[in-house]
Amino acid sequence: MIVTIIRKELSMLFISPLAWILLALIQLILTWVFLVRLDAFLEIQSQLMQIANPPGITEIIISPVFAMAAIILLMVTPLLSMRLLAEERRNHTLTLLISAPVSMTDIVIGKFLGLMVFFLAVIALIVALSISLRLGGALDFGLILSNTLGLFLVTACFSALGLYISSLTAQPVIAAIGTLGVLLGLWMFNLAASETDGWLQYFSLLKHFEQFNQGLIDTLSIAYFILFIVTFLVLTIRRLDGERLHG
Amino acid sequence: MADETAALTLSAQNLCRKYGHHTAVQNMNVELRRGEVLGLLGPNGAGKTTTMRMLTGNLAPSAGSIEICGIDLLDKPREAKLHLGFLPEIPPLYHDMTVDEYLLLAARLHRINKQTLQAVLDNVKQRCGLEVQGRHVIGTLSKGFQQRVGIAQAIIHSPDVIILDEPTVGLDPNQMREIRSLIRELGVSSSVILSTHILSEVESVCDRVQIMHKGCVVFDQTMAELQHQGTSLEVVFTQLTQ
Repeated sequence: MIVTIIRKELSMLFISPLAWILLALIQLILTWVFLVRLDAFLEIQSQLMQIANPPGITEIIISPVFAMAAIILLMVTPLLSMRLLAEERRNHTLTLLISAPVSMTDIVIGKFLGLMVFFLAVIALIVALSISLRLGGALDFGLILSNTLGLFLVTACFSALGLYISSLTAQPVIAAIGTLGVLLGLWMFNLAASETDGWLQYFSLLKHFEQFNQGLIDTLSIAYFILFIVTFLVLTIRRLDGERLHG
Repeated sequence: MADETAALTLSAQNLCRKYGHHTAVQNMNVELRRGEVLGLLGPNGAGKTTTMRMLTGNLAPSAGSIEICGIDLLDKPREAKLHLGFLPEIPPLYHDMTVDEYLLLAARLHRINKQTLQAVLDNVKQRCGLEVQGRHVIGTLSKGFQQRVGIAQAIIHSPDVIILDEPTVGLDPNQMREIRSLIRELGVSSSVILSTHILSEVESVCDRVQIMHKGCVVFDQTMAELQHQGTSLEVVFTQLTQ
């Protein structure tokens, strides 16, 4: 049943030009960042040779690309997650799903996974971009793996939050602005956290992502991400069930 | 007697629904047998749509029980909903999809297996007069055709109970006649509940009529009884709801 909903979400996504435009735009920006970093690397390459243990191309070029990707996906997720439930509610199509022999959990998880499949495509393109560097030298695949995993988890967090906020309203635009607001707020947390360096940093999504970005797969960060995703998915299911009970 | 209970497809007892302090539906009882078409009448705000949303699991009742083909809708919603088809007041259509894509989605949601999918799709399009529209985008269809797609979605899995909320609103007289004959046809093998404001529609299509007023059922009789008494539906309706 979940597969049916994932397929439906993906086909809805790719019917509209929005997904294609976003895919192209993300790729364009990231390729540009990639080339700028490559250029910088070539310039300092001779100086790097003189250092005892110099950073490799993966650290200098690929890590910044992934860091940039996280920020771009933070901006893009609200645009895609806003439709998930808010638009269904505005067009009165949620009735079709609720009247069908499908549980609320299936609906919510199907929608979430549908969006994640789209982001997997985005991440796969970034990985392909990174691997293209193999033409010029050796790559640190461990670092690429930790970056990929981190980016996937942090995007899943963005999506889960976006899905929940989309379930609160019947206006997609409000869902988008709300999600963007909360995500930017969480980013601000990150800025504040790096200054005070206190307990606040545990709540920042991007702070946790930074660890993956540096090649550190930290179980605490993984636990935080998974907890974040599960919390917002459960809240979404509860919200939809609550509407049936009280709405 | 045992035969009669076996034919019971839908049974709702003492349904109540409150929105805060406002009671939308009170002590509603509905029983429906196979091959019966029930007309649900009532002025605006009488609780028809609320009742239908409760019967299809879109809204949880504040009190009462609902059984579809002997399966409790509140205990086993997924099993019960397999036997249900619902067309809400505003058809739940994805305007970006083509008719075929949309009906395929509805079929998959109702767990129709792959082998029979194409046959089921062709059959439902033929019944609803959508043979030519398969590749059209739903958003570009006229209101009447959109309504047909909505009905097709509700009957694609040949459910035992079909619930239609104002199915003929916004249709031209020819389309209305076609939809009515379709409902009659559906009423042979399944049970149908339809709500409407058009009294002549009830007279031509329904076997039984219930009139709701302020959340209560104020009238429940078969059309045959009504004809036998020689009273017209319009007189009864005005007397009871004014």
